[in-house]
Amino acid sequence: MVQTKKDPVLAVLSLSGGNDGLNCVIPRNNGFYRDFRPTLAVPEDQIIPINDELGFHPTMGPLKKYWDEGKLAVFVGIGYPTPSYSHFRSMDIWHTCEPEIIGTEGWLGRATKQLDPNSENVLTAVNFGRGLPRALVMDGVPVASVGNLETYGLLTGIEGENQRNDALDVFGRMYSPAIGTGAVMDYIHATGTDALKGADILSTAPDNYTSSVEYSTTAIGQYMKNIAQTHLAGFGSRVLYTTSPYNGFDSHANQAQANAALLTDVSNTVDTFVTDLREHDASDNVTLFFFSEFGRRVADNGSGTDHGAAGVAFALGEHVKGGVYGTYPSLEPTQQEEGGNLKFNLDFRSVYSTFLEDWLQLAPEPIVGGNYERVKFIG
Amino acid sequence: MAEQDIALMAHLLRRAGFGASRDEIEAKASQGYDSVVQELLNPETQEAVEEDLLIRYNPSYYEAAAIENNVQQWVWRMINSPRQLQEKVALFWHMIFCAGHSKIDSGQEMGLMVDIFRQDGMGKFDDLLFKLSTNPGMMYYLDNTESHKANLNENYGRELLELFSLGVGMDEGFNYSEDDVKVCARAFTGWNVAPSYPPFPHGRSPWEFRFDPGDHDYSEKTFLGETGNWDGSDIIDIVCRQPATARFLARHLYNYFVADEPQIPAWRLTPPRDQAAIEAMEKAYWDSDHSVKAMLEVLFTSDFFKDEAVRYAKVKNPTEMVVSLLRMTGEFKGYKPGLFELSQEPKYMGMDIMNPPTVEGWHTGREWIDSGTLVERINFASDILGNTELDGVRILVDRLMGLGDKISPEQFVNGCLDLTGPVVVTDDTMGQLISHASKEGDLTHGTDVEQSEFTRRSGEMFQMIAATAEFQFE
Repeated sequence: MVQTKKDPVLAVLSLSGGNDGLNCVIPRNNGFYRDFRPTLAVPEDQIIPINDELGFHPTMGPLKKYWDEGKLAVFVGIGYPTPSYSHFRSMDIWHTCEPEIIGTEGWLGRATKQLDPNSENVLTAVNFGRGLPRALVMDGVPVASVGNLETYGLLTGIEGENQRNDALDVFGRMYSPAIGTGAVMDYIHATGTDALKGADILSTAPDNYTSSVEYSTTAIGQYMKNIAQTHLAGFGSRVLYTTSPYNGFDSHANQAQANAALLTDVSNTVDTFVTDLREHDASDNVTLFFFSEFGRRVADNGSGTDHGAAGVAFALGEHVKGGVYGTYPSLEPTQQEEGGNLKFNLDFRSVYSTFLEDWLQLAPEPIVGGNYERVKFIG
Repeated sequence: MAEQDIALMAHLLRRAGFGASRDEIEAKASQGYDSVVQELLNPETQEAVEEDLLIRYNPSYYEAAAIENNVQQWVWRMINSPRQLQEKVALFWHMIFCAGHSKIDSGQEMGLMVDIFRQDGMGKFDDLLFKLSTNPGMMYYLDNTESHKANLNENYGRELLELFSLGVGMDEGFNYSEDDVKVCARAFTGWNVAPSYPPFPHGRSPWEFRFDPGDHDYSEKTFLGETGNWDGSDIIDIVCRQPATARFLARHLYNYFVADEPQIPAWRLTPPRDQAAIEAMEKAYWDSDHSVKAMLEVLFTSDFFKDEAVRYAKVKNPTEMVVSLLRMTGEFKGYKPGLFELSQEPKYMGMDIMNPPTVEGWHTGREWIDSGTLVERINFASDILGNTELDGVRILVDRLMGLGDKISPEQFVNGCLDLTGPVVVTDDTMGQLISHASKEGDLTHGTDVEQSEFTRRSGEMFQMIAATAEFQFE
């Protein structure tokens, strides 16, 4: 367990589509890597070495700095038993910790429930992006879902500040508790009041934010900026979540260029994010986790790679103990998962358990559905 | 035309379809209620949707594999199909016979499954269950592909009884036993798909139903008290003869088309909201040899449906919210770019079409609403209705102007509510809206400046109506 000056915050960036772990954290001396990747292997002199065995993709220079500081944990061979090769199903498994049955509650929904059992703060968990990822879903846990923090709110289509404020006044009165209109109507009134309260508070975040850093204009850049703004505004949010746009990492074709552009964006944005928090002396209590639903096929298909099994993930923060966690899966053909994929050896629920126990200081078992060996990357 | 005829027709078109423009509601009201019901119940008498139009603009939609294309295509059909009840019924079955893309991983299979609901959703229930039980997507989704004579997987057998036909129980009793579940699963052994799954690493080809006699359990079985050498079709036959199935269908139809009921797991112990209505539909089921259409005919022509007490007694599901607003304003009639973004809107509101959260489907009624989805619902609705540059909204503003050269705030608010529904609001809400409108006084439209003010105020009032709690219902 660690001591932070303020309550610990978990920020999550989900890389949707299946990030190619092999070309992200590269087993640079492994002959099989070049055999299986005739088209996509990164030339050895371009790889950024992080130890004797592994190196980062050339676009990941901005992250190397944090590796050198010892603040970046790299999880390799991360996954779960009997992998699903469906984006949706696999992402659901990461969201719900339920590989066998189809779960409906998200791990961070459950965590939020424990962090704020009586829902006293409507912003304990905030999602950036439209529609709630299942990770944050739990009955009775209000989670704001913000498409764009600059314009977030109700009745945003009304032009003119006075007109809109008038309309919101009316809205507030229309949704104030009504008597004798029935349970469903009461519930909708209460929810509308919560939503208005959340929107009111959130809308102040961009106004109070100044920074010397400049985020990229991509969706990932803007959402991470929104996460920083919300954190810096001090609303007491503990879980801040976002997802890269729609299956962008699904690199079946033309991977070399597309994936490089995405990794550049992620690396720059993460660097900007941490720099921003440090500039505001607000990085001490934030840990960022970024992951993807699966890795990709060991062999390339001449242009890209198909859906795979074990992948890579990262944790970055002032209280993260840098290093490689898990064992890099063997690329040797007989050691591969059926279908030519990497075999997992680090269960993602182990990593979640550590986040929950050592960072958010919650009991992990009921949240991840069992007792998983801890990975000691927080300290 | 009498106001009550328009209100009743609007109610019918909201429930038996995805709503309509004001002009269409009035035209249908003139045509007469019973005649419109017959049109809805007999989709083959109506023009088919011009699917070619969509394909012409988007050739890639033809037999598309991607889930996005299949969802867009369906949303487009809901907006454009003259056979409105057919699409509404397809959505009804999709919300009961839940299978999702997250596991099936093929948009094309999802599209084919929904097409069964569209084509056979109002026919004989036995036929629909048979089509469902031989649908490759469903076979795979509920693991019948993993159920073998020597190694039984009960998933499909159980869900067929629990979620697709009998229901767990009724009148406080149970409708089937655990033994019935096992027997049911045994009867469906050998019902499989070709080519087999998983498709990796070579990609997939379209599936077909395949019966494997070598994997079918031919031994004698006792199911719901009847003994014989049953296979899947026999099970469907027996299931469709059970009173519980008639009850199950009647309650689902009531919950979807008439008024929100408690969530399905509560049905064993909770009696229906309207017992007589359920009995009338059960009777139609028996009298018609299991016809869903016959049950719907009773529903739409009965007093319990026309009753004002059930109007706005259902929380709109996200698909209804999105599609009805577009139909009301005439947007996306024909082809228009932006269909992808549009088809994502229900997902933002908590209903990822073709990808229900589990086989139990979406929780409906008030559970559609949480602080995230409510903001999405309100903003989408108010952005559409408040956009006075849309032709369909412009028509509404012109009609408001037609109320008189000078209209009072009361007339204005009543006019806006009438044209957007008619929406019925509580006295409190009415008071708030009128007091808001009164701040700027009477409305006139003699000069260009007055017209533009009138338009602005109309757009704002439409937005506020779209933001009311009442507008969350239909």
